[in-house]
Amino acid sequence: MDKLDAPALRSRIETFAKAQGIGRWDLGAASSNDSSVQVDRGEAKQMKAAQRSSITVRVWNGDGLVGITSTSDLSDSGLQKALAGAHDASAFGNPDDCPAFSPLATAPLQVLEQPLHEPRGILELLTSLKDAERQLLDRHPALTTVPYNGLAERSSERIYLNSDGACRAQQLTTASVYLYARAEQAGRKPRSAGAVRLAYGAADLDLAGCITEAADRTIAHLDYAPIATGHYTCVFSPEAFLDLIGAFSSLFNARAVLDGVSLSSRSSLGQSLAVPFLSIAVNGLHPGNIGASSFDGEGTPTRRLSLVEGGVLQNFLHSEATARAFGVAPTGHAGLGAKVSVGPDWFEIGATPGAAGAALGLDRHAASGQGGAGLVLIDSLSALHAGVKASQGSFSLPFDGWLLQGGAARSIEAATVAGDIRTLLNAIVGFEGEAKVTPDGLCPHVWVEGLSITGEA
Amino acid sequence: MVVTLSPSSASPSGLADHFDQAWRSPLESLLGLGSAAGADLVEVFLERTDHLGVLAEQERITSVSPAFGTGAGIRVFRGERDGFVSTNDLSEAGLRRALEQALGMLGLVAPSLANPGPSGFNGLASLRDFGASKTPWLGACPTLAEATTRLLEGTDRLERHGAHLQARRGSYARDWQEVLVAASDGTFARDIRLHQSLGLTVLAADGEHRASAGRRYGSSGRPEHLAQWDVEASAQEVCTSAGTMLYSDYVEACQVPVVLANRFGGVIFHEACGHLLETTQVERGTTPFADQVGELIAHEAVTAIDEGLSEGAFGSLSMDDEGMEPQRTVLIENGVLRRFLSDRAGERRTGHERTGSGRRQSHAFAAASRMRNTYIAAGPHSPEELIASVEKGLYCKAMGGGSVGPTGQFNFAVEEGYLIEDGQLTKPVKGATLIGEAKEVMPRISMCANDLELAAGFCGSVSGSIFVTVGQPHIKVDSITVGGR
Repeated sequence: MDKLDAPALRSRIETFAKAQGIGRWDLGAASSNDSSVQVDRGEAKQMKAAQRSSITVRVWNGDGLVGITSTSDLSDSGLQKALAGAHDASAFGNPDDCPAFSPLATAPLQVLEQPLHEPRGILELLTSLKDAERQLLDRHPALTTVPYNGLAERSSERIYLNSDGACRAQQLTTASVYLYARAEQAGRKPRSAGAVRLAYGAADLDLAGCITEAADRTIAHLDYAPIATGHYTCVFSPEAFLDLIGAFSSLFNARAVLDGVSLSSRSSLGQSLAVPFLSIAVNGLHPGNIGASSFDGEGTPTRRLSLVEGGVLQNFLHSEATARAFGVAPTGHAGLGAKVSVGPDWFEIGATPGAAGAALGLDRHAASGQGGAGLVLIDSLSALHAGVKASQGSFSLPFDGWLLQGGAARSIEAATVAGDIRTLLNAIVGFEGEAKVTPDGLCPHVWVEGLSITGEA
Repeated sequence: MVVTLSPSSASPSGLADHFDQAWRSPLESLLGLGSAAGADLVEVFLERTDHLGVLAEQERITSVSPAFGTGAGIRVFRGERDGFVSTNDLSEAGLRRALEQALGMLGLVAPSLANPGPSGFNGLASLRDFGASKTPWLGACPTLAEATTRLLEGTDRLERHGAHLQARRGSYARDWQEVLVAASDGTFARDIRLHQSLGLTVLAADGEHRASAGRRYGSSGRPEHLAQWDVEASAQEVCTSAGTMLYSDYVEACQVPVVLANRFGGVIFHEACGHLLETTQVERGTTPFADQVGELIAHEAVTAIDEGLSEGAFGSLSMDDEGMEPQRTVLIENGVLRRFLSDRAGERRTGHERTGSGRRQSHAFAAASRMRNTYIAAGPHSPEELIASVEKGLYCKAMGGGSVGPTGQFNFAVEEGYLIEDGQLTKPVKGATLIGEAKEVMPRISMCANDLELAAGFCGSVSGSIFVTVGQPHIKVDSITVGGR
């Protein structure tokens, strides 16, 4: 990878900006090298590589208004054109909501333990993935193909610079593998499930764990049956619950609050949002967050932030502009733009220490043997882009899972779960098992009562 | 033919601001090297882009986001395998490095520049320039000032027509793209594409009642699109929808007949069946229809078409991203499966002939078989006849997004629904999700109305997010699972 040269880039931008009469600017730049492979029944299906570079420049005009432009052209002419474009766009900047440099853009950064790995090369990736596919298909005769699979490695670098002298840089290597298997049995519908693993290098990927999880989950869906439509106590897997909270993260987003599209308002801080034993935090610095960023798009350091404690809303996620509007410090969750986006990085969800009311140590297997309608284990949610209405609070989502009844687990043929996020957060019964580290955060299994399940007849 | 990458030839790096005949020599050199290395086929896709995004909220322009870029995607086939490399570096060295990397993925080594050796490559054909008449398009698009004025007009109309509006948004995106495709089978083609989309959305809130509504309108090759936009009608439609849904109840879970409205109702065919008729799904073994060409897979009332030809439609194109002119492809005729959508890789791996459906979001993606303008053909009935035929069911007036999984299970959200009782539309309901399996739902589309209309959308899949059109007349599905509360 051609390394981004921050001092040289600063020098070029300063020269071009000066020539265009631009005195105040900042930028985010990134470059990456990616390699990935896919296989199909023992053969390479596709091998891909990419070299990418991009830059987003933001400039302030004489009236203090902001404009931006992005480009993949880092040549001198590309940078000059980008600065000119940003300056032109600044004429349409929003005077009511004008971003400034983050006051924390030069604050110390936490040093992250992120070992840099040399790439293994695409042919080694191919050999590993072929072997993983073979091992997965050998696990059960019903496993016929692994239609979605991939093994990838990436080296990347990103920098943030501004005209006040801030300079942030981060290098990173990451690797990922996903295996999504399909199982078929005569006279039965095909079933599928998968698993994902992340690491800082391909050599560190837990391929064996990924194979086992993909196989176990897919095989566990072979014996399926329809579920009767009704209301059930549901047990969300850590991945499913994190997906749901992520889809409704506008609850915690100061940008969405200011835009009037969040269920929360300024006055929601300090108010009850959930059962009194629920804690939600974001912590991009957690060692389980593979590929964590040490700073956000505005150069603000990443940090842990409590969002909900004891069921009460504690803080919002902020950019520089939203923090200024709320009279607090930026939290390190901003993008870079004329209108700066805000978003969560990595969640930590669990019981509030010392809070009463939570049923801890729940055991779905034991509970399913006690009769009744049974428990629904929601393993993974689908179509969140279509089935979540974040500004309304409602969701209606297809899911993969099992009905736990009479001490046995049976895969659910096809079903949706529907409800309201605020109702759900107040219908949490408790937690099961240790919190699990996933790509999206840390979370145990979460029990919620009274959710509406629609089964396909 | 023996070709060399001559130091005296024009440097590609100096040509990055336009794609034309001047690229012939350097591209022939690259393709010749790839062929001499032993590749069955080498394809180079060059791209220049110019994007503008504008967002208006309430009475303010809150975001103006221009972007531009260049890039190349180089794909090498050997047998059924392929290697693909993308890069932002269009210099001679950058393109050669990308070619060498793609060749290396297949165990091939590029010959030396000085002695490239024999090649089966016979040079590029004459340039087919689909973009020649489209040069003025970018300059004819609305200026930034015109775009912002138009969007603010939109949010103002929303304010006038809506009630209890907590948020009003208007958005505009203009995507201009110039592409040049060259392949070692002689393909040499250039095009200019222009896609514009604009939308209005609102969030209405009154106490605990909340409803959002939005509409998007998209076109291709129409610089005048924004100027001709009927802002008044759009604002009225969005506000009427939000006002109707604001106090509506959530739908109860059920298994009932549904009538799906025209235009964006076509997302059901797109998700439930269209994706399963792409050869990428045949390659993966994830379509239940792989061996069913010539067989009845849908109700005899259903004829479905995918084409890239409708003038101005969001999914139309003069050539696909592999340099092939698009076709009108009849996918299903009176319920019988006729054809799959195929690209280069699909043709090599499945035997289905290319249909001009090789599409990609950008140079960073290898092309794949993808839909263009996809719709169910009009039938003989009136929409009222469909509704009148349902004793108890659901009318889906506005649809949201959806998806299809690897086993053919599909789902999509209903944004605006109404109960049908005794053949009449009654109360509005929200929160419905329709789920099912393609193989089971296609035979249940039993009636098609005579009011076919298309709607613009974006489709995300293996080769990225692309511009598409979905469409249908009003259709009746005899029974489908409605997820609700």
